[in-house]
Amino acid sequence: MTASSLRGKSAIVGIGTYGLGRAPGMSAMDLMAGATARAVADAGLQLRDIDGICGGTLYHMFPTLSMGEYLGIRPKWACSDMTGGSSFLSHLLQATMAIEAGLCTTVLIAYGSNLKGAGTFGIHELPTFEKVYGLMSPLPGYAMCAARHMYEYGTTRAQMAEVAVAARQWAQLHPDATMKAPLTIDDVLASPLVADPLSRLDCCLMSDGGAAIIVTSPDRAKALKQKPVYFLGGAGASWSREVSQIPDFCTTPTAECAPRAFEMAGITTADVDVLQLYDAFTINVIMFLEDMRFCKKGEGGAFVSGGRIAPGGALPVNTNGGGLSFVHPGMYGLFTLIEATEQLRGNAGARQIAGAEIAIAHGNGCTFSHEFTAVLGGANTL
Amino acid sequence: MTTATSPAAELGPEGQFWAHLRAGRLMIQRSHSTGEYVFYPRLIAPRSGADDLEFVEVSGFGTVYSTTIMRRPAKHGGDYNACVVELDEGVRMLSRVIECAPDEVHIGMRLQAVIAPVDFGTYANSEQPIVLFRPVGAAP
Repeated sequence: MTASSLRGKSAIVGIGTYGLGRAPGMSAMDLMAGATARAVADAGLQLRDIDGICGGTLYHMFPTLSMGEYLGIRPKWACSDMTGGSSFLSHLLQATMAIEAGLCTTVLIAYGSNLKGAGTFGIHELPTFEKVYGLMSPLPGYAMCAARHMYEYGTTRAQMAEVAVAARQWAQLHPDATMKAPLTIDDVLASPLVADPLSRLDCCLMSDGGAAIIVTSPDRAKALKQKPVYFLGGAGASWSREVSQIPDFCTTPTAECAPRAFEMAGITTADVDVLQLYDAFTINVIMFLEDMRFCKKGEGGAFVSGGRIAPGGALPVNTNGGGLSFVHPGMYGLFTLIEATEQLRGNAGARQIAGAEIAIAHGNGCTFSHEFTAVLGGANTL
Repeated sequence: MTTATSPAAELGPEGQFWAHLRAGRLMIQRSHSTGEYVFYPRLIAPRSGADDLEFVEVSGFGTVYSTTIMRRPAKHGGDYNACVVELDEGVRMLSRVIECAPDEVHIGMRLQAVIAPVDFGTYANSEQPIVLFRPVGAAP
């Protein structure tokens, strides 16, 4: 048996979001539940149909217990693999395995965060030596990776700004996006620096919000309300936790997991119609495109320039506006799966990529610590 | 795993690191068998699993691997440096460069360790000094 035996063995059949941006008075679990209700309705299912739960927040030590209790679900199987913002993509792989193994039939993967309302990032455990130096994780780590990328490859702040501008242009096409005001490269360059070389506009939003998806077997998916979006491949990799332990500030574990995910799915970069890459900071998109081999290492800055990843560009990236302009409630990974699903259903409205059949959803955890690449496809890809 | 000469073996690896700093020494673990340096302090070495780590005094010289200026309003203390330093022994540490304007710190800059008390982070305003760095050649 090889990893490819999991290709096509699950499908996303329901998606939902709730309270995006600002949700006064809502708890993280309220936001998770609001999104869950919408995902269940989107799938044409009931809560009682769910027999598997995945989730995790920055505040809950026992997330699937809290979720199950709140929702009144007694799951036959649960998983709270916690790798940071990439967790929910890992959950998709775990859910696929559980469904394929017959441990459960229908899995809820859900998330909620009220970090904007609570006014705190809320993360329980910061690395010892980052706390010693009084550093607010994860900003300085990403800033230092960007600085090193500029030093080694001549990447410029204007090239990073291209990522923010493209995201904003996509966000303008999404009805639920938080940031829609026009944005230029000069605006990003003129934005106040927060940790050199990153300006405020190189950083993702800090939002409230909930997100949920429903995953089931391909056979069950066919009988449900929505056009199924199939899991074709998925792989994760983790190399570090603390900033000082990142082996190479210019290469992320994506370089190792993306090829495995592509191999499982039986695709190459040429087959990809649209990408959703976790853009906690602008440099992330540049490094992920390099590490996925859309361009050579060090050429990511030039690659994203000239609007290549923006609406109308050759390679659509973050078509919802990403964490930079759509929404970013502390951990964004689930939103990459939701936008990939919208695109593959053909439901993305003004931002729809015509004929999209293969989408990448890519999650990032902590400081380039854990990466997870998922390959999703429409019915013609099975 | 711990040596009889360590200042307080019962402290555990990290505790010993801090105790050495209190005694004014920058000590980093090194595997007796493989010679590899390890930081942060651990019970066993990553990858090799070597269980013969011992604290040895290091030169304190290193090079900026990467750096950033953490921007902060003047009323909250103003901008400060954060960096990752590669010690000449090969391990990397998070730290801050002092005695130098934050915008003068650059990748490749040669640094020398300073053991000093601080007013930020876990050990703010305590008896526990931490490892900071100053540019090589800066007046002590």
